[in-house]
Amino acid sequence: MTDQTSRRNFLKMGAAGASMLPFLRVMPAAAQGNDTLVVVTGATINSLDLHRTGTSRASYQVGINCYDRLLTFGTKEVPGNGLSYDYSVVEPELAESWSVSDDGMTLTFKLKPNATFWDGRKVTAADVKWSFDRAVSVGGFPTVQMKAGGLERPEQFIAEDDATFVIKLDRPSKLTIPDLAVPVPYIINSVEALEHATDDDPWALEYLHTTPAGSGAYKVARWNPGEQLVYERNDDWVGGPLPAAQRVIIREVPSPATRRALVERGDVQVAFNIPDKDAAELAETLDVFSTPVENCIHCLCPNFAFEPFQDPDVRKAIAYAVPYEDIFQAAAFGRGLPLWGGSEEITDTAWPRKTQYYTDLDKAKEHMAKSGYAEGFDVPLSISLDLASWMEPTALLVQEALGKIGINVTIEKIPGANWRTAVLVEKRLPLHLENFGGWLNTPDYYFFWAYKDGHLFNSSNYRNEEIEALVDATLHMPMDDPEYAPQIKRMFEIALDELPRIPLYQPALNVATNGAEGYEFWFHRQLDARVLKAV
Amino acid sequence: MLTSYPRLRAILLRVAQAVPVVVGVVVISFLLTRALPGDPAVYFAGVAADEASIEETRVAMGLDKPLPVQFVRYVGDLLQGDLGQSLSSGRPVATDLASRLPASLELTLTALILAVVIAVPLGVLAATRPGTWVDHLCRVVVTAGVSLPTFFTGILLIYIFYYLLGIAPSPLGRLDFIYLSPDHVTGFYLIDAALMGDWETWRGAAKQLVLPAATLALFTLAPIARMTRAAMLTALSSDFIRTARAAGLSRRAVLYRYALRNALLPVVTTLGMVFSFALGANVLVEKVFAWPGIGSYAVEALVVSDYAAVQGFVLAMALLFVLLNLVVDLLYTAIDPRIGFDAK
Repeated sequence: MTDQTSRRNFLKMGAAGASMLPFLRVMPAAAQGNDTLVVVTGATINSLDLHRTGTSRASYQVGINCYDRLLTFGTKEVPGNGLSYDYSVVEPELAESWSVSDDGMTLTFKLKPNATFWDGRKVTAADVKWSFDRAVSVGGFPTVQMKAGGLERPEQFIAEDDATFVIKLDRPSKLTIPDLAVPVPYIINSVEALEHATDDDPWALEYLHTTPAGSGAYKVARWNPGEQLVYERNDDWVGGPLPAAQRVIIREVPSPATRRALVERGDVQVAFNIPDKDAAELAETLDVFSTPVENCIHCLCPNFAFEPFQDPDVRKAIAYAVPYEDIFQAAAFGRGLPLWGGSEEITDTAWPRKTQYYTDLDKAKEHMAKSGYAEGFDVPLSISLDLASWMEPTALLVQEALGKIGINVTIEKIPGANWRTAVLVEKRLPLHLENFGGWLNTPDYYFFWAYKDGHLFNSSNYRNEEIEALVDATLHMPMDDPEYAPQIKRMFEIALDELPRIPLYQPALNVATNGAEGYEFWFHRQLDARVLKAV
Repeated sequence: MLTSYPRLRAILLRVAQAVPVVVGVVVISFLLTRALPGDPAVYFAGVAADEASIEETRVAMGLDKPLPVQFVRYVGDLLQGDLGQSLSSGRPVATDLASRLPASLELTLTALILAVVIAVPLGVLAATRPGTWVDHLCRVVVTAGVSLPTFFTGILLIYIFYYLLGIAPSPLGRLDFIYLSPDHVTGFYLIDAALMGDWETWRGAAKQLVLPAATLALFTLAPIARMTRAAMLTALSSDFIRTARAAGLSRRAVLYRYALRNALLPVVTTLGMVFSFALGANVLVEKVFAWPGIGSYAVEALVVSDYAAVQGFVLAMALLFVLLNLVVDLLYTAIDPRIGFDAK
């Protein structure tokens, strides 16, 4: 293959030169040129069923591309960064229309009459009910995610007739509708699945693990775990505009250097989730999208279980000592958004927001002197080896800066397998880095997970009675409720004053394209292949 | 009856001797994986799992049972040929190994053949002409081979031959995506494609193999060349060579029939060792070339404490090395008839 004959050109040349290739024998449509897109990613797709225990994050994209949900989100432009999903606009996917009862407790969905599964069978409300029952019954992540939208028990889901599906809620919540558009509540061909269900496996987890049965825009043509996944377009898809690419090949390439070489050469059209460093360097030559991840913050967390961090002055001293700009440049290569140096007065409910803190060693020293630990102390700063690309440079800079105010930091590297247990379950790390991001894009949802006592991402063991009450009050409250904004602002005020989490910056998801357009950022941080187009 | 086939008997004896080794490996790999840091139930329960769902996962994985019960269950499954289910890949470990082990072996064996083809003649030449340019070349190649880490050589080769010159195919694993993988017979793409008579795919697979095999060969030829050179020098200066020369045997006969054959023993030993560490060094090469091999599989399984996968990997490796040792021993007896199995 020479410079002139890249793979794309090669396919464009059509059947003449390519007729001998076995691939074309089996999939003759590839000869059409622009129909095939190749995507490289570093992550492994280990299951085709998101509901299964142990399914990796990268596998969620199968749930997105091969299955439909009742609803989906709209699209908006991100200035300078291409397209993004739009949390504020909910659009139908399998539902034709939906209505909410006056008390907000009953949601009624009408299914699209022409929606069919890949085997040609019509999508019915019974399929929707079975799929929702499955999501709330299998346990683990899907059940937790359904619960976030108030969807907890099979009794809540009613198939009224073939085309009408009803959800009964225990209480109205603004999170229910958005939670129907996340990857989890996707609709499975229940007849096909039930044929393969057994007494031990009533939800057909084994079958759907390797064989998707959906109605989505793409079918899985081939799946070699650890190597590749090939999507083949479903021409009868009614969930949205028909995808431009007939076939999308997801190739797994673990080495970032190799991924970069491939996309630079144009042999692949999309390099998904590339390191910040590559994004910064490729931005000049290729189309690079670095979309700040919504509702996600990279934080430095002082743990309240560690005595010196119970002193508010110590936490403030740290917040003033942290070299934010250096961290943003060294760990994120400037991709993402800065979250420091804002005004103390809180005027809106945007989250993540710039904090009132900035690097000022004198202020930091003042706070240290005021605290009960003026002479300093020793503390380990824990980072995960799996996330070393941003955590390691950050930790080194924090170590250096805290040394100047008398806090003697040693860096403790924790293996990836141990990290979640130590930081989130046992919550035993005195000082650590954390990167929670919420799928549902509201501040109260972030606070629910990260600031409420005992909740998973509250790794600082923080408890504040007012925050507890405010989160409970706002979590299900509509965002246009007059009570909402003042309570959210109060929440910000407390959290940024008490600092159980010191925001460092908002990270970005980086995607480089070379010969493809239409890339759209999604909160789930996986590739939506349906909108991609070869150019 | 076996007494009439001494070699067969010896082989069976060796295989029988391997049984305690394998039993030991089963026990140790089981205990070691349990000693790994981290809690797989927490890991596999997912990002937003609460305590109840972590507990559900633990029960589903059988990790709530005491260790002896888990062990008995594991051994029971093992006796039925069931290596368990890998949680990270979501497939039976046996399936994973069956698809990934051939990938690694194909790469390693190609690299080794390549290394032997280059290193043995190089070593012989260097030994017969010490101090000349061939000797120096040998030294440079050997030094470069051991001092360049494989991931560096790999990226360098990709940069030059793929990125700059564009003559190498895209480093996308075993086959470019325009080919379909051949039907699974041995799992070695070159052999399977040849069996199908699909030479287009064969060529595709061979092309993908060139750069990673060259990377690995560069790394493995160093010890082989060194060992060949040293063994040849020893052999060439020994009494029987002097005798052979004095007897007027041709230079060729002296060199190949007497010196090289005697020098081969340490080379074969080195080959066995090189093969084992090449399988380990594979990990980095596999990562760089997106090669779906066993090394990267094991490393990923280790990172997430995927017990079944790690145990399966260790067991497969143990069996492979038992086999390898047997082959090396058999080669000894073939090369040097004085070495019998009884002598061991």
